[in-house]
Amino acid sequence: MSVGMHGIRTAGDLVLRMQISKKMRLNEAKEYVAKKLGTDVYTLSDEYAMKEIREELGIGTINAVPGQPKGLKAKAKIAELLDIKIPCVDLMR
Amino acid sequence: MSKIHTRMGDGRRVEMTREEIKAEIEDGNNNAATKGKVPSLTDDELDHLVDIFTTPERFVSVNPEDLVVMSTDVAPDTIFMNYSEYGGVGVPTDTVTAQMIAERVCGSDCVQNAFRGGNLKGTSVSIMQVRQDIEALAMNTIAPIIYTTMPNMGAYFKPDGPFDNCGDLMAAGKIKEGQETYEAIVPSIVKDAMYISEMVTSIGADCINLDTAAAAGDAEFQAVLEATEKITKELGLPVLINMSNHFVMGMHGEVEYNGKRLAGMMPHDQAKVVEESGASVYGPVVNTNTKKSVAWNVAKAAAVMKECGKQSNLPIHPNLGMGVCGAPMAEIPPIDAVSRAAKALVEVGRVDGF
Repeated sequence: MSVGMHGIRTAGDLVLRMQISKKMRLNEAKEYVAKKLGTDVYTLSDEYAMKEIREELGIGTINAVPGQPKGLKAKAKIAELLDIKIPCVDLMR
Repeated sequence: MSKIHTRMGDGRRVEMTREEIKAEIEDGNNNAATKGKVPSLTDDELDHLVDIFTTPERFVSVNPEDLVVMSTDVAPDTIFMNYSEYGGVGVPTDTVTAQMIAERVCGSDCVQNAFRGGNLKGTSVSIMQVRQDIEALAMNTIAPIIYTTMPNMGAYFKPDGPFDNCGDLMAAGKIKEGQETYEAIVPSIVKDAMYISEMVTSIGADCINLDTAAAAGDAEFQAVLEATEKITKELGLPVLINMSNHFVMGMHGEVEYNGKRLAGMMPHDQAKVVEESGASVYGPVVNTNTKKSVAWNVAKAAAVMKECGKQSNLPIHPNLGMGVCGAPMAEIPPIDAVSRAAKALVEVGRVDGF
């Protein structure tokens, strides 16, 4: 709670994806994600900025806004954006 | 001299002076160096730990750019499970809803699924239900899906499994028979881990967490490493390895992985074999000593984690929960203690997540 990025509130899910799929250390993963999102490492942990970025890119937020990508649809966008394979997205395709 | 509220490793609140806390931190650091066989923290790092433990705020944190991520062995399932071992709160819901709550309400970095108790052996007969859960998770959540399971070598002993109890054989003086039985169970664990991995891969899980590794000692750790090698090479499924305790117990005593003896292996050496096995994330453990203060335990854990990070190229996610890595051994770990442990492991231990 005290030191976490907090998932889709910010970009925690994206950073963890890079650690799991590419074995990136924390700083490398953050820099990679920030570059792909067109922002900086500081902003990755900013809920206010990340809500706008996530909505604009269609990669899902904590708010279940009708019509906004959620679940598998959001993950398909994340796979494209981060240039990684997401297994359930591959299965869907 | 003013007193500072702090805690013991069992969660009890105690009062100490700044000098007493500093002495605890130095002693914990010395213990890591002598017993844990890692380099001591620097004077600046020790001073920083003293600052963390003497600040009066109840809750401490880190700079925004230093925030970390959290993988998990079971956390979101604690919303609905009432297993005391999980510390679950028993809210009547189901695993998929619990994960969605964890992701959207609690801000969890991942979602996860684990069949009740998490045993590899038990899961292999319930895999269809597991796959239904994962399929629903895949459709409804955004964060990476971790499937968590534990090798639990003890579940392979009679009467639950086909093998004699290795511990009983050893206790009866049948050392050779005990060792041979440990060795005979390893392929069964690898086979079950591979089967479960195939099943969760086929339905879209992002990775598998082989959790509580080496709980039954060195042969179990060998099984986890061999399973990881096979899963990553043959299925391409990323593996997270999370340990059960600080050093690997030498229940067999002679098993090796890549020519390295596993018995007695410390976290900074475990990190190397975990990396060699092909795993993606390594979760080391430092057991909390309940008779020592949280400051003592956290100093020890921070020194160990710092060395793990130096010895491995993998992301290091120490297990920070009740009774490990400085968190008090209490069912509801106090946030003042846990937040201090987390801050110390990030700023001094330089961990990549939890």
